[in-house]
Amino acid sequence: MRPSTAPTSTSHGIRISGVSKVFPGLPRPAVDDVTLDVAPGEFMTFLGPSGSGKTTTLSMIAGFTPLTAGSICVDGEDISRLKPHKRDLGVVFQQYALFPHLTVTKNVAFPLQQRAVPRADVEARVRAALELVGLADFADRLPRQLSGGQQQRVALARAVVYQPRALLMDEPLGALDKKLRDQLRREIARMHRELGMTFLFVTHDQEEALTLSDRIAVFNNGRVEQVGTPNELYERPSTLFVAQFLGESNVFADDGAEVVVVRPERLELHAEPGAVPDGCRHRKAVITDIVYVGNHHRIGLRFADGTEGSVMRLAGTALPAAPGESVVASWSPRHQAAVPRPAATWGV
Amino acid sequence: MPMTTTPAEPVTPAGPTVPGEPAAVAEPRRRRRAAAGWVLLPAVAVLLVFFFYPLATIVWSSFTEPTVGLANYTALFTDGVSVTVLLRTLRTALIVALVALVVAYPYAYAMTRVSRRTRAVLTVLVLLPFWTSVMARNFAWYLLEQRDGLIDRFFSLFGIDGVVLLGSVTGVTVAMVQVMLPFMVLPLYSNLSSIDLRLMDAATSLGASRPKAFARVYLPLSLPGVVSGFSLVFIVTLGFFVTPALLGTPQQSLVSQVIETRVGDLLDFPGAGAMGSVLLAVTLVVLFAVSRIAKPTAALNQAVDRA
Repeated sequence: MRPSTAPTSTSHGIRISGVSKVFPGLPRPAVDDVTLDVAPGEFMTFLGPSGSGKTTTLSMIAGFTPLTAGSICVDGEDISRLKPHKRDLGVVFQQYALFPHLTVTKNVAFPLQQRAVPRADVEARVRAALELVGLADFADRLPRQLSGGQQQRVALARAVVYQPRALLMDEPLGALDKKLRDQLRREIARMHRELGMTFLFVTHDQEEALTLSDRIAVFNNGRVEQVGTPNELYERPSTLFVAQFLGESNVFADDGAEVVVVRPERLELHAEPGAVPDGCRHRKAVITDIVYVGNHHRIGLRFADGTEGSVMRLAGTALPAAPGESVVASWSPRHQAAVPRPAATWGV
Repeated sequence: MPMTTTPAEPVTPAGPTVPGEPAAVAEPRRRRRAAAGWVLLPAVAVLLVFFFYPLATIVWSSFTEPTVGLANYTALFTDGVSVTVLLRTLRTALIVALVALVVAYPYAYAMTRVSRRTRAVLTVLVLLPFWTSVMARNFAWYLLEQRDGLIDRFFSLFGIDGVVLLGSVTGVTVAMVQVMLPFMVLPLYSNLSSIDLRLMDAATSLGASRPKAFARVYLPLSLPGVVSGFSLVFIVTLGFFVTPALLGTPQQSLVSQVIETRVGDLLDFPGAGAMGSVLLAVTLVVLFAVSRIAKPTAALNQAVDRA
């Protein structure tokens, strides 16, 4: 059971309106007119490649980077001109940023001491926070005596122990190896459930984004391409960038200014056009390769117009053809997403 | 029911340990170490012949000449001058180290915050004195500090006449701070540049104002550098000769001047040896105390490597 003194928090929403960041000497804004609403208690992820502006946006919310334009409000209070220590937000860094000269206990107690919390309360709350992350037995260690995963859990405890209005995390799993990353990812999800706090999570890893988030904001070139639930983004991408950044997709030229995106598990393969079900669209293709990926096969395709694509088949189902053979790939229009054809790219 | 157990995770050991390395690895390493011994031989030979042998002779003679015993040392503490000189030297070294620290800390901090190019300029500015002759620099101070020198004339502008630092401990102190500055800046910079500045971001995000974050996080982490630079300057100043000899005065002499007088004018080698031994003892005590907190030589090496 969770101890009664565990960090809890009434939830707070964050409103980002028209926020831009221009670094002098750079050709384009690092963040370009971003507007986002984060609901109270929501787990919101900023997803995008490096240089897409997601970390800069987080840094502006935390107060480390001044805004060029726009405003950031927490519960309607404009915090964009406040110094970081007055914002009452928790921040977790990729490289942990634990104070190396202080023990685990003193690291976690640090924010409470800044808030002049009475000594007796400090002890109880530090203990509760360390129990929350499963590190109560490591209270007297120095950070360098802990593994990377343990250090990041201490950082998490330190960032929530004072019940900040929201928890900001900048690629918190980025420095860990695969196994620890999965483990800590589950712990972060659990912490979000237990604390009910607003979480803002920055990552370039689509798997982290899809599995953790209530909603994801996909960043590209300093702008937000699309905001939506993981399912919305995957099934109904609104731009080609989102479709290709999240998961695999088959992209077909369509009439006019649009292209059509179909996910690999939505494609059916047939020996000839006559076998395509009524109402389904189809393209001719040649199978380039078949790769066994544990629980499924990934069948690589080259379509008649030269573009590459793929089909997913669960392992155990019969494979329809072998590499080098010609097939017809079909899909139901229900499973396609039409997105604008990107200006610069020809023949996607 | 929330999970409160600690997942099994390998803990990295606190220090560098190489327990039970396989014999196949240890053997070639031992052979390499043996080879390194031969390479060290010339340096060790030079040190033995030209440093440790004379040093041992001086210490030996301070106990044996003119008679065997502690006479030279009891004389030091009873002649009424030596203790005064020793205390004056310790006080001067302390002041020089303190002032150098106060000047160097912001400078070294600035070095960690500026662009690469500016940092190169700042480093050259610190090292420039290193590349200039000590004599040239001290004569420069001679010109500045003498009667009607630049400092005297500067203060005359404000109606303060007669600021002649030449021939005073103050004048020696001022010049020594400048001469010693590289020994303070380099170890400090080496230490400060290893402090992760994101720790300051972390501290402010946790509710500490910038000054508080500095006091609680940055300053404690910079202490090894402070101790390194401070002890280095303190020790070098203790035995420094050129500056006191040139800018000081026999009436307010420091240990190195007294030793020089005893050797050069009085031919009192055992007495000079006793004084030198006391100085050496003080230095070793300081070094021992410091080695418990920081490694000044390591810090200096690191600093020179980076510069």
